[in-house]
Amino acid sequence: MTGLYTLTIINNFMSNHYYNAEDLGKFGSITEFQKAMGDKFFEWYGKVFEEGDLTAREKSLIALAVAHTVQCPYCIDAYSNDAFEKGWSKEQMMEAVHVAAAIRGGSSLVHGVQMMNKVKEIAM
Amino acid sequence: MKSSKAKGNKLAESTEQLEVLEHGIHGNGQTIPAFDEMLMKHGRFPLTPVSTSILQINMGKMCNQVCRHCHVDAGPDRKEITRREVMGFCIESLKKNPGLTTVDLTGGAPEMNPDFRWFVEQVFSLNRHIIVRCNLTIIVANKKYNDLPEFFKQHNVEVVSSLPFYTKARTDSQRGTGVFEESIKALKMLNEVGYGKEGSGLVLKLVYNPAGAFLPAAQLLLENEFKHSLKKDFDIEFNQLLTITNMPVSRYLEYLLESGNYEKYMQKLLDAFNPAAIQGLMCRNTLSVGWDGYLYDCDFNQMLELKVDSTVDHISDYNPEKLLSRNIVVNQHCYGCTAGAGSGCGGAIIE
Repeated sequence: MTGLYTLTIINNFMSNHYYNAEDLGKFGSITEFQKAMGDKFFEWYGKVFEEGDLTAREKSLIALAVAHTVQCPYCIDAYSNDAFEKGWSKEQMMEAVHVAAAIRGGSSLVHGVQMMNKVKEIAM
Repeated sequence: MKSSKAKGNKLAESTEQLEVLEHGIHGNGQTIPAFDEMLMKHGRFPLTPVSTSILQINMGKMCNQVCRHCHVDAGPDRKEITRREVMGFCIESLKKNPGLTTVDLTGGAPEMNPDFRWFVEQVFSLNRHIIVRCNLTIIVANKKYNDLPEFFKQHNVEVVSSLPFYTKARTDSQRGTGVFEESIKALKMLNEVGYGKEGSGLVLKLVYNPAGAFLPAAQLLLENEFKHSLKKDFDIEFNQLLTITNMPVSRYLEYLLESGNYEKYMQKLLDAFNPAAIQGLMCRNTLSVGWDGYLYDCDFNQMLELKVDSTVDHISDYNPEKLLSRNIVVNQHCYGCTAGAGSGCGGAIIE
């Protein structure tokens, strides 16, 4: 009875959480509901990550940092694999995440100037 | 460090490996389609060979290293090595069959076979292209191997050397502590006699295997990184980088299972399945000879003890016509050679 109860909880959990790792592999299926736009997106996406003035390797590290900024678990999964495959070291990858975090932190703090301006405007 | 066989690990047996590959980790079936069904779907079953031009001889499982990804389960404790009698059969086959243009020597560390130099001299006298798959550290492992670069040069050997990465951390994690530094020393010795140097005609290729449960990035992308870093940090030069996908066989299979990566890795191989790679699979133009002379479609089949599907299954009976009519033996590990840009002992199939 306890086993069945546990299984029910697991099943409920599985069907009620927002993120599922397997969904990453189904990304391409977004064209099912809107083919024309989806196709254009994937064509553009593919082009973006090709070798250009930036190398595909450099773009992978940028993508990893941005993935942490937008806190997308799918993107973090995909670009942790991709950046490591493309030869970035663990230390370099963590440094990239720190860059993302520093920008996020800095972005909050720089608004402190706006707060100070407002306070100075209203304070006696 | 001991081989899995010496440790008495069940997975050292090819039957146990095939059990996992064919029936999955729970024994209730693979979660990915059978490889032969995949070939059928793409109109490529049965897989058939073209004329054999490369004779790849595994000269034995003895090695000075015990790498975590080794599909041979090689190591210092392995005593299975090719004897002169089998080498003699190989030489006879080469004499009678000029179509066998290349002899590719692998192991273990083939240089540890006491008849290695004798055999290379014989093959050289037959005017064949010789490839030696050298693990690099053997060159500096003992004084008696220090002159290998000169020996290779004298016999115009193409040296194909394993170096999983251009940094110490990743190389040592796969091949053992200290391997990176020893490999760098050996590469400098090869460079000194002209290997990898422009205009020398002495070819030095490096082999990249991913140090973990992931696939190789594009060969050219990694080659650029390797060339830039090895030149900048160590003044080392080489001709070409070959990226080879790790096969779920032997110790790499053990690693996948122990780290909980097996099913995800197989799925990764399936997701990256590229039918365009089938045409150039190495099993189509290469014949693999085991240390005891038995014939296989590739070195991975050899380690899984899947002999050629032919009445001719030993080098002493080598018959190119009969072998040409065989069907290549496939199993789930073959997904490794069809993933992404494809993979083989010559690196990526599609550049």
